[in-house]
Amino acid sequence: MAIKERMSGNEAVAYAMKQINPDVMPAFPITPSTELPQFVASYIANGEMDTEFIPVESEHSAMSAAIGAEAAGARTMTATSSAGMALMWEMLYVAASNRLPIALALVNRALSGPLNINCEHSDSMGARDAGWIQIYAEDNQEAYDNFVQAYRIAEHKDVMLPIMICQDGFIISHGVENIELLEDEKVKAFVGEYNPAHFLLNEKETMAVGPYAVTSYGMESKRAHAQAMMNAKQVILDVAAEYEKISGRKYGFFEEYCLEDAEYAIVAIGSACGTAKDAIDALRAKGMKVGLLKVRVFRPFPGAEMAEALKNCKAIAIMDRCESYSANGGPLAAELSAALFKAKSQAEVLKIVYGLNGRDFTVADATKLYEDLADIAANGNHETEEYRYIGLRE
Amino acid sequence: MNGLTEIRWHGRGGQGAKTAALLLADVAFSIGKYVQGFPEYGPERMGAPITAYDRISDTKIRVHSNIYEPDFVVVVDDTLLHSVDVTKGLKKEGAILINTEKDKEELIPLLKGYEGGVYTINAREVCMKTLGKYFPNTPMLAAIVNISKVMEKEVFLKEMEESLKHKFAKKPEVLEGNMKALQLAFEEVR
Repeated sequence: MAIKERMSGNEAVAYAMKQINPDVMPAFPITPSTELPQFVASYIANGEMDTEFIPVESEHSAMSAAIGAEAAGARTMTATSSAGMALMWEMLYVAASNRLPIALALVNRALSGPLNINCEHSDSMGARDAGWIQIYAEDNQEAYDNFVQAYRIAEHKDVMLPIMICQDGFIISHGVENIELLEDEKVKAFVGEYNPAHFLLNEKETMAVGPYAVTSYGMESKRAHAQAMMNAKQVILDVAAEYEKISGRKYGFFEEYCLEDAEYAIVAIGSACGTAKDAIDALRAKGMKVGLLKVRVFRPFPGAEMAEALKNCKAIAIMDRCESYSANGGPLAAELSAALFKAKSQAEVLKIVYGLNGRDFTVADATKLYEDLADIAANGNHETEEYRYIGLRE
Repeated sequence: MNGLTEIRWHGRGGQGAKTAALLLADVAFSIGKYVQGFPEYGPERMGAPITAYDRISDTKIRVHSNIYEPDFVVVVDDTLLHSVDVTKGLKKEGAILINTEKDKEELIPLLKGYEGGVYTINAREVCMKTLGKYFPNTPMLAAIVNISKVMEKEVFLKEMEESLKHKFAKKPEVLEGNMKALQLAFEEVR
């Protein structure tokens, strides 16, 4: 029987960490990180976990220590947010290119400036080319479920990549909501023991981690890394199918909500999707064919699959909770537009930037957006505003 | 959505409005409701106006925005009435609850013509009589449960006793005072 609880997103992921009980957690323990490392430290202090917690002096050191621990053969995790992730930057690439399956619990918050602590996806979206798997959550339940699945994906022999489990800062990380937790035994059995094929502390196999690659080999290393990301697609689906058996909750690359016959669709990531669902139910009751594609997996990017799911839509709004300053919309809009082009989609596309610096996204915003999509599909009058902001003060 | 109650809390940093909102979500969860309890975050400063929210529902809550048209508003500090538009969007079928030592009649002119229910409680008096210290969130919690009817008084008191017993396992002496504060607050709503 599932355990019914109420928790914040931070508490939910910390609880998953307790159940998994990895070997090592180096983390910067205070702001800009959230309370998450503090919850884990409490579990350890209370004897509920025996993870080695290393309170490091910076996030650059957190990721460096995580790389060392994981390379040594220890199952390793860390947690950060916002500017903390920015300070990890150099080492994010090192972790990924050395194919170290570290799990990072990320609370998505804005990067400066203006100085702001609220929700935005700019931290992880900026790291989208670092070679990490990225999985996003709508609510605390999904953040928990995604973290329980993380190591099975990351440590799979065909993958061996670090993984970022993301949740919306404050909206999810600090909001208390209902949740269903799995029993400890079920989580432990699902995640299993970590037995790396190669590791530094293996006295029978001497190896180097992170050596210099001359020009004649470096590119092959990157191609192998890219292959691992491609391989992750099947592994993510397989792990989700297995997870459904123990949890009853179904996951894939994305969730389709009322999408099958939808003429107008919103594509978004994170907590805004729940808000859009309430708008959809109200508009459907009035006979409007509206739907949602909620992106769960951003790396690897399931572009062809998303384009296929959106093939019957007349107009699509692709929403980014971050700005790319490309003068052409955010990263999700850019990548999905490319996939729609390849799929020869004829749909009108709006590239939306919303929710920056924690600006609220409301049911009224979603409703207005669907009405705009219907108007654009009917009259084709979007002209200069293909890339636009919503929720902006006039 | 069926059976949804939305509550907005106005307080000042350090007065426990966020904690009260989370406690209300907690106790509603304990009787089988779907809940959301969340603060609106800004720079954390003692004394600065803060807002916190509760959604209590019979069905799963998916919306993740702030509450703009609450059923109820709780004001933990009456000095906020001068600086914050506390009745903004408040449904007229609903009510506002204000913690104050003043008479209700003195405050009504500050409510911008709000047509719904106006209730007050002197949380300081309740606290001093029962706890000997001023922790406004305990009486405010009981008072809003009384007004909003999100649960029966007896159920609320029983659940709170369980929860406080757990929370103060190492300080059982504070249980009695807190329970008395909750009881008295139920009666002292004007």
